[in-house]
Amino acid sequence: MSDLRDLYQEVILDHSKRPRNFHAIDGAELAKGHNPLCGDRVTVFVKVVDGVIADVGFQGDGCAISKASASLMTEAVKGKRADEARHLFTLFHDVCTRDDVEDPEGELEKLEVFSGVREYPVRVKCATLPWHTLVAALDHKPDTIKTE
Amino acid sequence: MTLDLARIRADFPALGQDMYGKHLTFLDSAASAQKPRPVLDALRSFYEFEYANVHRGVYWLSQRATERYEQSRAKVRAFLNAARDEEIVFVRGATEGINLVAQSWGRAFLQPGDEVVISAMEHHSNIVPWQMLRDERGIVLRIAPITDDGDLDLAATASLIGPRTKLVAIAHVANALGTILPVREVVAMARKVGAKVLVDGCQAVPHMAVDVRDLDVDFYVFSGHKLYGPTGIGILYARHEHLVAMPPWQGGGDMIRSVTFEKTEYADPPAKFEAGTPHIAGAVGLGAAIDYVQAIGFDAIVAHERDLMTYATERLGRINSLRIIGTSKTKSSVISFTLAGVHPHDIGTILDREGIAIRAGHHCAQPVMDRFEVAATARASFGIHNGRDDVDALVAGITKVLEIFA
Ligand SMILES: Cc1ncc(COP(=O)(O)O)c(C=O)c1O
Repeated sequence: MSDLRDLYQEVILDHSKRPRNFHAIDGAELAKGHNPLCGDRVTVFVKVVDGVIADVGFQGDGCAISKASASLMTEAVKGKRADEARHLFTLFHDVCTRDDVEDPEGELEKLEVFSGVREYPVRVKCATLPWHTLVAALDHKPDTIKTE
Repeated sequence: MTLDLARIRADFPALGQDMYGKHLTFLDSAASAQKPRPVLDALRSFYEFEYANVHRGVYWLSQRATERYEQSRAKVRAFLNAARDEEIVFVRGATEGINLVAQSWGRAFLQPGDEVVISAMEHHSNIVPWQMLRDERGIVLRIAPITDDGDLDLAATASLIGPRTKLVAIAHVANALGTILPVREVVAMARKVGAKVLVDGCQAVPHMAVDVRDLDVDFYVFSGHKLYGPTGIGILYARHEHLVAMPPWQGGGDMIRSVTFEKTEYADPPAKFEAGTPHIAGAVGLGAAIDYVQAIGFDAIVAHERDLMTYATERLGRINSLRIIGTSKTKSSVISFTLAGVHPHDIGTILDREGIAIRAGHHCAQPVMDRFEVAATARASFGIHNGRDDVDALVAGITKVLEIFA
């Protein structure tokens, strides 16, 4: 069961049960994401002021991994510049899919907990869906993002 | 009649494996069944010693292969108690069978405004082909609703079936709910208005004896891979008169009597609907699967699986946060469920690490998920090799899920 705890770490369970920034934001850019495989749906709202993510939130329904990922993502990118958020996604994506990546600067901080997901290939999309959706919102592409 | 579970299990090589160091508990036969050794052996020996193309060669091997292919057709005929071998068309699977009916029979015999009635618990494969025909031909698609228990709402169904109804297409057993549909009652309603009936038997044929003449249906389809046979082979049963009247669907070799550039004469059924080199080995494997199931016997299978369903329903029912979706009194070997506060995908992942294979998702029946207001369910389904110990493993696995999410 130890390996399951690598995936379902306390931080992830906590954020899935009590997601942060779990609300819509009036007047924000938004994009929708959908993972048809498991039915995860997420809408990400993001407000960028002078290139900085001033506010970010999400709504939706999905598995623990996707919910926690969305929640931790909003915490991680709030106050960051949009290009920093994109960079973080690249790093995050690598950590979720490859075991040869390093994060020497510790940029991922709490997001590091998702490294366990790489042992569960079918679940990687659950973790990355909110990020794909965030990037779509930043790119002003509100159409539903699909993971497949 | 009891079934020798230990012997049956020994027949399934896949079940002897460990997953993540744990004994495999396979509870996803509804998606696709594991294969018993007699089926694997039949495929192998056919390819090794009897293989050639069918209906073509004058040489021994081709004749032998043709014989084996046609023997399998005869086995399927007997399995479904169809009147004649010519009523059995080899297709790729249930999906292809339904598409064949929609595109051949449907295009030829349905006019704009004609109605096709399906149930609200169909697999996508018995929804989308009719929607395609609707968009192409202007037919009307009507949906017979289901009750909160997951039964077909018979009164509502009766009121939907009227003079414009040309076809009623329903599952024999619903894959997401396990409900056994009252095919006879529906056939009676259809007959009153002169409508034809198609039954999707994918989830029925592994679990109960099916008699297409007794059921009095026009079309019956199933997939070999859910009946412990190979993938890529399935059956369309259709009454001979329909197959004679229906235009061919795909054109090519094997489905013609003579071809000139001016005119082609089609072969008689079933060859008319079997264009191209068929899945010969698949048909042989399916024949072996039918032999295998029939040697065990449906009396024993039904009794065994009924016991398992009762046991599983009772044990799962004792878990407080567990909700069974589909609580019909007439159910076959499927239990769909949700756990309060835990997404089915997480259930699936955690059970997987316990060596338990279940399905999590919408089961290609999204309208059913919408009807019960869930995004997805976890689904355990049984095959002949499952026993009470598999249910115990499932319950222990669910307990672990609840611990993690406590
Ligand atoms: C009730 C039902 N109908 C149709 C199908 C489609 O079968 P296939 O994918 O083998 O064509 C399935 C399989 O999932 C099913 O359960």
